[in-house]
Amino acid sequence: MIWKIFLFLLLCFVSIAGISFPIVENPQAWYEFPLIKGLEQNAKIIFFHVPTSWITVVAFFMTAIYSFKYLRKKNLDDDAKSYAAAQLGIIFCILATVTGSVWAKFAWGSFWSWDPRQTSIFALLLIYGAWFALRSSIESEEKRATLSSVYAIIAFVTVPFFIFIMPRIMTGLHPGSADDTNAGPVVDFKMNANMQLIFFLSLIGFTILYFWMWRLGYKSIIYRDKLNKQIIRG
Amino acid sequence: MKSFALFKKDISSELRTRYAINALAMFIIVTLSIILFSIGNERISQSLTGGLFWVIIFFTSMSGLSRVFVSEEERGTSLTLQLIATPSTVFSGKLLFNLILVFAMNTVIAILYSALFEAFILRNFALFLVSFILGNIGLAFASTIIAAIISKAGAKGTLYPVLSFPILLPLILTSLQLTLFAMDGTSFETAKFELMIVVCYDVIILTVSYMLFDFIWKE
Amino acid sequence: MSEYSLTAELVNKTYGRRLIFSGINFKLNFSTIFGISGPNGSGKSTLVKIIANLISPSSGKLVHNLDGTEIKSEQLHNHIGLVSPYLVLYDEFTAYENLNYFSEIRGIPFNKRKIDNLLNKFLLFNRKDDLVKTYSSGMKQRLKFIFGLMHSPQLLILDEPTSNLDDEGKEVVYELVKEEGTKNIVVIASNEKTDLSLCNEIIDLNNYK
Repeated sequence: MIWKIFLFLLLCFVSIAGISFPIVENPQAWYEFPLIKGLEQNAKIIFFHVPTSWITVVAFFMTAIYSFKYLRKKNLDDDAKSYAAAQLGIIFCILATVTGSVWAKFAWGSFWSWDPRQTSIFALLLIYGAWFALRSSIESEEKRATLSSVYAIIAFVTVPFFIFIMPRIMTGLHPGSADDTNAGPVVDFKMNANMQLIFFLSLIGFTILYFWMWRLGYKSIIYRDKLNKQIIRG
Repeated sequence: MKSFALFKKDISSELRTRYAINALAMFIIVTLSIILFSIGNERISQSLTGGLFWVIIFFTSMSGLSRVFVSEEERGTSLTLQLIATPSTVFSGKLLFNLILVFAMNTVIAILYSALFEAFILRNFALFLVSFILGNIGLAFASTIIAAIISKAGAKGTLYPVLSFPILLPLILTSLQLTLFAMDGTSFETAKFELMIVVCYDVIILTVSYMLFDFIWKE
Repeated sequence: MSEYSLTAELVNKTYGRRLIFSGINFKLNFSTIFGISGPNGSGKSTLVKIIANLISPSSGKLVHNLDGTEIKSEQLHNHIGLVSPYLVLYDEFTAYENLNYFSEIRGIPFNKRKIDNLLNKFLLFNRKDDLVKTYSSGMKQRLKFIFGLMHSPQLLILDEPTSNLDDEGKEVVYELVKEEGTKNIVVIASNEKTDLSLCNEIIDLNNYK
C-alpha cells in the first residue's frame, strides 16, 4: 500500500513540476529549467512524451516475450500476460502519438509530417490494432492465443527496422535524427541537473505505474477466466 | 521434391480453374484505370509516380496472395495436406507458389505502369531490377506467413491487409526509396544501405516464418 | 514384417470449457482391429483426429511405435492412413491426378500397379480419369479408401467407413478391414453394429466423460 502512495506522490510531483516549472535563460533557482535552443518552451512535453513512448515499446517487448513463452509451454496464463501488456501498450501508444503530434505542431508547424519516428510510432499503433483485430476474429481460446502470439513475434522482428535503421537513413525532424545538428543528445548535455532529475523521475514513475497496471490487468484476466470455467463445470 | 510437387499441384489447379489469375488481372486493370482517371491530365511528380507504383503492388498483393492458404482452408483440403506432408513441406510449396505469383503479377504491373505513366523513367535500370527482385521476394515471404495466419482465423478478407500492412511497411518504405533512387539514376554505391535493409528483411522474415509456421499449421 | 504399436495414456480433450472425454487408455499392437463407439457428438471424430496426429490432446500422451522406436510427429504422416467423412479431395483433378500428386507430395514413388489394383478392388478403375467433381458420394468414399491405403500405412484409421456405400461397397470394405487387420492396426470409429462387429476390442466414449 505504501509504495502505491509513494507512486501517487511521485507522479503528482512529476506532473506538477513538469508543467509548472518555468523555463528561463539562465536558471538560478532549483525549480527553473534552462532554455534549450530548438525546443524552448515546448521542452516540457519531454517529461510526458518520452516516457509514454518508452512504455509503449516496453509493453510491446513484453507482449512479444509472453507470446514466445506461450508458444513454448502453451500455458494460457502467458497469453493473459501478453494481452494485459498489449492493452496498456496501445493506450500508451495513443498517448505517445498524441503528445508527439502536439509537440510537432508547436515545434515544426504541423501535427504530422511522416518523420521516421512518427512513422514508427504510427506503425506500432497499426501493429497493436491489427493484433487486437486478429484476436477478436477467433473464437477458440487456444487458437486465439497461438495465432496472436505468432503475429506478435513476426511484428516484433520488424520493429528493429523502424527503431534503428529508418531514422538513420531518412532525414527527420526529431531531436536526435540523422540531420539534426542542434538538439543532439538533449538529455545528456543540454538539460541541467534539475531537468534531468524530473525527467528520470517521470520515466521511473511511469514505468512503475505501467508494471503495476500490468500486474492488475493479467491477474484480473486469469481470475475471470477461472471463474468462468468454474461456473460452467460446477 | 515434395514441396515442388505441392507447388505443381497448386499451379495446375490454378491453370485449370483460373480463379486467382482472372481476379488478379482484372484487379490490376481496374486499379490502374481508377488511378489514371483520378489523375486525369495532371502531371504528377516523380516521387508520386514511384509511390503510386507501390500502392498498386500492395493492393494487388492483398487481393491475390492469401488464396494459397485460404482456398485450402475453405474447401477443407487443409486436412488432406496435413495427412500427407510435414508443415515445412507445405510452407515451402505455398511460398514457392506465391513467389511465382508475385513476380508474375508485379512484372505485369511494372510493364503496364511504365507504358501508362510518362514520369516512370528508370534511369538506373539495373538498380531497379535488383530492388524489384529483392522487394518481390520480401513481399512473397511476408504475405505468405500472414496468409497462413488469417486462413485459420475468421473474417479472412478484411483481416489480411490489416495484418499485412504493418509487417510490410519497412519493406515498402525501403523499396519505394530504392525505386525513387532508380528513377533518379542514383548509383548502387549510394543505394547500398537500402539494399542491405531489404536483404536483411528478406532473410529475417523467411527465418521467422519457417520457425513459426508449425504453430500455425497444426491445431 | 514391421511391428507397429499405439499407446494412449490418460488422453484428455477439452475444447474451451467443454470436456469431450478424459482418461482414455489403450495399447494396440499390430494385427488388431480397434473399435471406437459412442453416440453422435460423443467425440469419436475428435479421438480419431488425435490418433491421426491432426490435433493434440489437452493432456496425456499418444505414442506411436515402430519396431520398438518411437516415431516423431513429423514422420507420422506416412505411417497413417485416414478415411473420414470430413476428408476432402481435390475435385478439379481426376482421381488419378489426385493420387499422383498425393504420392509425390508424400515423397513416395507412384506405384502404378498398386494404385491400379486398388482402383480395381474399389471398382473405380473405369472412372479413374474422370474429375472428382463428377463423382457420387459413394465413389468419393471409395476414392478416400484408396487415398488411405496407397502408401501402405501400418495404422489405418476409418471414421464412419461404410457411410455412403452400397452393399457391394460395404463388402469390399469389410474384406479389406479383415485383411489389414491381420498385419496392421485398424481403428474403426462408428455407430454401425456391423462395422464394430469386426473389432476385437471396442471402447465406448460414453464411459469416458
